[in-house]
Amino acid sequence: MEPKPVIELDGIRRDFVVGEETVHALRGVSFTIHEGEFVTIMGTSGSGKSTLLNILGCLDTPTSGEYRLDGTPVRTMSKTQRAVLRNRKIGFVFQSYNLLAKTTAVENVELPLMYNSAVSARERRERAVTALQRVGLGDRLNHKSNQMSGGQMQRVAIARALVNDPAVILADEATGNLDTRTSFEILVLFQQLHAEGRTIIFVTHNPEIAQYSTRTITLSDGKLREDRINDNILDAAEKLASLPIEED
Amino acid sequence: MNITNLFKIALKAIGANKMRSFLTMLGIIIGVSSVIIMLALGTGSKATIMQEIEDVDPGALMIIPGPEYEETGGNWLPEYSQTITQADYHSILDKSKYLKAVCPMVYSSGQFINGKNNHSGSVQGVNNEFLDINGLSISEGDMFTDAEVKGSAKVCIIGKTVVDKLFTNGADPIGTVIRINTMPVRVVGVLKSKGRTAFGQDQDDIVLMPYTTVMKRMTSQNYFDMIYVAATSKEMSQLAKQDVTEILRENHKLKEGDMQDFRVNSLEEATSMVDSVMNILTLLLSCIAGISLLVGGIGIMNIMYVSVTERTREIGLRMSVGARTVDIMSQFLIEAILISVTGGLIGVLIGAGISYIARFVMMHFTDYHILIAVEPWTVLLSFGICTITGVFFGWYPAKKAANLDPIDALRYE
Repeated sequence: MEPKPVIELDGIRRDFVVGEETVHALRGVSFTIHEGEFVTIMGTSGSGKSTLLNILGCLDTPTSGEYRLDGTPVRTMSKTQRAVLRNRKIGFVFQSYNLLAKTTAVENVELPLMYNSAVSARERRERAVTALQRVGLGDRLNHKSNQMSGGQMQRVAIARALVNDPAVILADEATGNLDTRTSFEILVLFQQLHAEGRTIIFVTHNPEIAQYSTRTITLSDGKLREDRINDNILDAAEKLASLPIEED
Repeated sequence: MNITNLFKIALKAIGANKMRSFLTMLGIIIGVSSVIIMLALGTGSKATIMQEIEDVDPGALMIIPGPEYEETGGNWLPEYSQTITQADYHSILDKSKYLKAVCPMVYSSGQFINGKNNHSGSVQGVNNEFLDINGLSISEGDMFTDAEVKGSAKVCIIGKTVVDKLFTNGADPIGTVIRINTMPVRVVGVLKSKGRTAFGQDQDDIVLMPYTTVMKRMTSQNYFDMIYVAATSKEMSQLAKQDVTEILRENHKLKEGDMQDFRVNSLEEATSMVDSVMNILTLLLSCIAGISLLVGGIGIMNIMYVSVTERTREIGLRMSVGARTVDIMSQFLIEAILISVTGGLIGVLIGAGISYIARFVMMHFTDYHILIAVEPWTVLLSFGICTITGVFFGWYPAKKAANLDPIDALRYE
C-alpha cells in the first residue's frame, strides 16, 4: 500500500510587495511528501526555502496554489485555524532552539500541549517526560535551559517538536549552531526518529546533511530545481563513530 | 488553552522578573493605599462631625442677625448685625407654639485670672436652657439658676481646659472666685469634657455666663448675637422655623417682598451642608490619590510594553507551537491584571494598616479623636479600579503582542 501523503503542494506561489515592486519568492512549486519520508530541502539564500518553510509550517499562506497538510487545505484557513493546525500537526525545530529562558526542560517540552485544552495537566507531564526520555534527556528533566549545552538544548527542542505527535517535523537549520560532533549526534537522533516512522523535513543550505536523508528537494529562484531520491543513505551513527573525540 | 494554564504562564513571567514586577506593583500599591487612606480619613472625619452634631438637639434652630447669604452675596453687612433684640426674644417666648427651649446668646472674650494663672478665651452669654439644646452637661457643681440669669449674677461655668489652665494646683474650682478681665466671677460649675472637634477646635476651652451679665457688665449691648431655640422634635423643626420667622417678621414690621434682616438655620440644614461639604472634600482627596493610581497604571503599561518587546521571540515561539491570538492576548492581559490586583491587595493592606495606626495614635496620644474607618465599599472600589487599571493599561501592550507576525517574531533579534 502506498504511504499516505502528508504534504501536498500544488503550484504554490508566494509574492511579497516591497515598496512598489513585487518580489516573487516562490514561482509555482509542486511536490508531495509521503508519510515516513526524511526530506532535505536545500537551496542558497534567496532561493525561497525560508518562504517555503513558513508556508509548510502554516506560519504563512501562499498567494496562490494549494497546500494540503495531512489532507487539510491550508490556504483559506484563518489565523486561528492555522494556529490550531500547527499545534496538532507540526513540530518545529529551530536553529537557535528557541527555548523559554529560566524554564526547565520538561516545562519547555510541555509548551505545545499547554495550548491544547484536550490534554490534562497530568497527561501533559507524562508525554513531556516520555519525549525527553526519547531524546536521551531522561536524567535532565528539571534542568533549566541556561544550564544545558547547545546539543542538549536542541534535544529539548526536538522533544518539544515530538510531544504533540505531529504529522511532520519541520527542522530549520537544526544543526546550524552546533559543532560537528554535536551536529552528528542530532542527525543520529533524526535518523532514529525517521526509522520509527516519523516524517521529517529538514531545511538546510548544507549539502552534507542531504546525504543522510531519503530525498533531497533543491530550490533555486523560487522554483523546484531538483527532486532526487537518495539511493545511498549514509548512516550518521557510523560517521559519528569515525569522528575524532575532541580532547580538551 | 484553559485559564489555569494562562495563570501559570503569567505567574511564571512575573516570577522571572521579580524586582521589575515589584517596582511596577509599587505604583499601584502607593496609589491604592493613598486612596484607601484618604477615603478612611474622609469618612472618619464626617462620622466624627456627625457625632458631634448628634449631641445637639436635633430640633435646634439658630436665629441669626443679617439676611440670607443668597441675599447679600455672602457679604457680612454691619447694619444688620444688631437686628435680634430683647423684644424678639420676648415675642418668641410669648407667641411661639412649637418650641421647648429658647436661649439668647451673646459673645465676648476676656482674660481669665486665678491667682498667678492666666488664660484668655471666649465667653458665651447664655441662659440655663443652653446645656439642653447643645447636648452639654455639668460634671461638677450646678448650672446657674434662672434667678442668677435674671439678676445678672457674676457666676460662670467653665470647661475642662479652663480648669486645667487656672487651677494648676489641683484645687476645687467650685466656689472659687476668679476674675474675668477686672470683674470677679464665682465658678459654680464645670462642664463635662468633650475633647476636640474634627477640625481641631477645643470644645473644653469654654466659659459660660448668664447672658444678662455679659450684656450688662462686659459688652454693654442691648441686642443678641443669636437666639438658640429647640423645636419640640426634629419633625417639628420646619414648622417651628416658619413660626419663628413669622413672629420676627411681624416684630420687624417686614412686608411681603421685603428683604429679611435675620435668618433661621436649622440643624438639619447644617447637617446636610456638612454632609455635602465632607463628601466633596473626600471626593477631592480621593481624586488626588487616584492620580497616583493612574500614574501606577501607566507604569504597568510601560513595563508591559518593554516586556512584549523583550519577549518577541518567546511570543513567536508560542505562536509557532499553536498559541492563538487570543491566547497571547490573554497571557499578557492576565499578567497585567495579576500585577495590578496583587498591587491592589498589598495597597489595601498597607492603606488599612496606616489608617488604623493613625486612628490608634490619635486616640491615645492626641486630643484629635477622628473615627478613621476603612469601609468595605472602599476596599471593593479599590479592587475594582485595580482590575480595570490592569485591563485598561494592559490592553494595548497585549494587543501589540497578539498582533505580532509569528515569522517576524521568531526572527526578531
